[in-house]
Amino acid sequence: MFLARNSQCGAIATAASSRLVRSSAVVVYRQQGRRNLATATDPPAPKKSYGGLKDQDRIFQNLYGHHGVDLKSAMEYGDWYKTKEILLKGHEWIISEIKESGLRGRGGAGFPSGMKWSFMNPPGYDQGATPRYLVVNADEGEPGTCKDREIMRKDPHKLVEGCLVAGRAMNATAAYIYIRGEFYHEATILQRAIQEAYTAGLIGKNACGSGYDFDVFIHRGMGAYVCGEETSLIESLEGKPGKPRLKPPFPATIGLFGCPSTVANVETVAVAPTICRRGGSWFASFGRERNQGTKLFCISGHVNNPCTVEEEMSIPLKELIERHCGGVRDGWDNLLAIIPGGSSTPILPRKICDDVLMDFDALKDVQSGLGTAAVIVMDKSTDVVRAISRLSKFYKHESCGQCTPCREGSKWTSQIMERFEKGQGREREIDMLQELTKQVEGHTICALGEAFSWPLQGLIRHFRPELEARMQAHAQTSGGAALAGGWEHDSRVKGKLIAPGQ
Amino acid sequence: MAFLPRLLRAASRRINCPIPSRSISSTPLRRSDALAVHRNTAQNNPSIPFSFTPQNQELVDRILKRYPPQYKKAAVMPLLDLGQRQHGFTSISVMNEVARILEIPPMRVYEVATFYTMYNRDPVGKYHVQVCTTTPCMLCNSDSVMQAVEKFLGVKQGHSTEDGIFTFSEVECLGACVNGPMVQINDDYYEDLTAESVTKLLEALKATANSLPKQAVTWDTPAPAPTPGPTGATSRRGKGVVTGKGARVKAGSAIGKTPDRVVNGVKIPAPGPLSGRVTCEPAAKPTSLTEPKWSTGVFRKDL
Repeated sequence: MFLARNSQCGAIATAASSRLVRSSAVVVYRQQGRRNLATATDPPAPKKSYGGLKDQDRIFQNLYGHHGVDLKSAMEYGDWYKTKEILLKGHEWIISEIKESGLRGRGGAGFPSGMKWSFMNPPGYDQGATPRYLVVNADEGEPGTCKDREIMRKDPHKLVEGCLVAGRAMNATAAYIYIRGEFYHEATILQRAIQEAYTAGLIGKNACGSGYDFDVFIHRGMGAYVCGEETSLIESLEGKPGKPRLKPPFPATIGLFGCPSTVANVETVAVAPTICRRGGSWFASFGRERNQGTKLFCISGHVNNPCTVEEEMSIPLKELIERHCGGVRDGWDNLLAIIPGGSSTPILPRKICDDVLMDFDALKDVQSGLGTAAVIVMDKSTDVVRAISRLSKFYKHESCGQCTPCREGSKWTSQIMERFEKGQGREREIDMLQELTKQVEGHTICALGEAFSWPLQGLIRHFRPELEARMQAHAQTSGGAALAGGWEHDSRVKGKLIAPGQ
Repeated sequence: MAFLPRLLRAASRRINCPIPSRSISSTPLRRSDALAVHRNTAQNNPSIPFSFTPQNQELVDRILKRYPPQYKKAAVMPLLDLGQRQHGFTSISVMNEVARILEIPPMRVYEVATFYTMYNRDPVGKYHVQVCTTTPCMLCNSDSVMQAVEKFLGVKQGHSTEDGIFTFSEVECLGACVNGPMVQINDDYYEDLTAESVTKLLEALKATANSLPKQAVTWDTPAPAPTPGPTGATSRRGKGVVTGKGARVKAGSAIGKTPDRVVNGVKIPAPGPLSGRVTCEPAAKPTSLTEPKWSTGVFRKDL
């Protein structure tokens, strides 16, 4: 969720998303047979069931490494086919195809890609003499997510061609691909693909013979989760510590090296050529309205066969797991909870997982999010408090330290969660934790504040009884309820100077 | 003399009620991270000379070409990485040399080197074992992997073994979550681990550590001559990521099919999942990508 969060156009996004929420909320109420006061007219009946994508419609055919990643094999399976014709149709045509396809950014925020790309071409854009950049965000660090890695090491030509097509759509002069540093082999394979494309004249001067010059460069990160945020990524690419910038100015105005730039996720960029070649309407035929397309899902945790798989958007969560992962260990009844979209989306308990659809709007309606579609499954053997506490520790480690609410808040929440694992606390401290996360949310430059708040809020929302039970159990074993701050019940008798008002 | 009983009463009250005590609070030890400041040591001080080898100088030139000439500074991360690969760790001399090449104040380089976790500012062993313990791996029992590594190496995370072969760290998500639990050893990912398989892997690495020049299981060309630095330290030239030429990236389809390497009769498993999976596919029957692949036939005709 946090990765590539785009607040390019905050006002538009907010207005658009509130509209989305309202209309899809109506759908959910109708499905469940409930009405509220705002249910005015009957929405159209749900079109069909989703899921069960055919192999013919899978974009990433080499997801499991069946054929080589060299240029020849890539061309055999349709990459670089009539790229010149696509480029010659111009940026308006490409953007209209992407808009028609309904593609939403695959990096977590789900901002409509066509709209985002069009921000690079405001009136009079061609007057400027500065270079313009496409920056591809391959700094995949969200726990649970491992889709971009598979694209880069098995379908690198889809990404390289995607850079060219997306770059043409925004009239960029060059693309920088920012890969996380741990992906050494992936960077090597991608660099090799770039070299092949240069040699074949597909990119570089007069790319594909279209008269358009375009370069692709790789930049390797060095292990900082926060660099997945767009402005932080730009800072890092400029050779500085990856601390997010304030927006505005948005990157589309002043971005990388002070030039107009746009940051897009690997998956978003890599699907663009196929969308152009098979048509926006083909891509839009999958998934629900406003959530169209196909998507790579990474399912990890307590399932029989964890895997990465390309599926239709809006596939029911249960079907996704049963069909591709051999179900939850010891059956669906053994399910405790699922984190549906990478570590920063709130956790969902089993009763919601039974019938929720995997798309942006459906998950938003149940107060979670699709994020990067990294499904983390937990069965009943899981210590759910520890699982979330570990995420708190992750965010504490990865906070860049620039904004006080995030730097201090992530440390405090991590400490509190460490106590809650053992039940060392008071029930009112759960409310305090909730309030603390609310204080952080929205008060930081980048979305890391939200990213560490949301999992905690999700835990409190759905597993508060579990937290309370732990505290009661701790009180039983230690002879009395712990005092606020995790002090033992007899701390004062022992003469410890602890906070008053216990 | 009337005040005496009062004095006694006060004294006895004081004895009955202990004086509240509070321990002195101090900054907690940050166990997972290195110290953010530099301290001169025998192995790491500004008077130790460092310069890039001629081969690496070529790579430096290639890297510099990627960025606009007036933004030479952008190359600081790749150059530090290259320096680390040559020297074994990112010493203060490496940072100063990078600052000199890029014509920026050394402090700008120090900022970068301390911000990113992949720059080792202290010497590391020949094999840097980094165990992922974030939630998805934790759910698949990375605790047992941590324990197995700790037991085999006999050191806690954050420390190196005395023979200088292994450094053991606990790291955050490495982005191979469907293949968890996993470890990264230098640049190689070993996935789908169990306590037994990770122990076997470390045994093989330890047994062959002295008969292999530098980095053993690698896609990139290993560094040939011993590098300066006390422990010899890590890995390869870092050439592959700059040039796209790696020893084993031939047709590119080598993923998951790299054969195990045998050194002195000891089998070192190839990087990738150790469970028999090739990559990220379901371990049981394939559920997708089983039909014939599509090609240009499916595309629209009006292109």
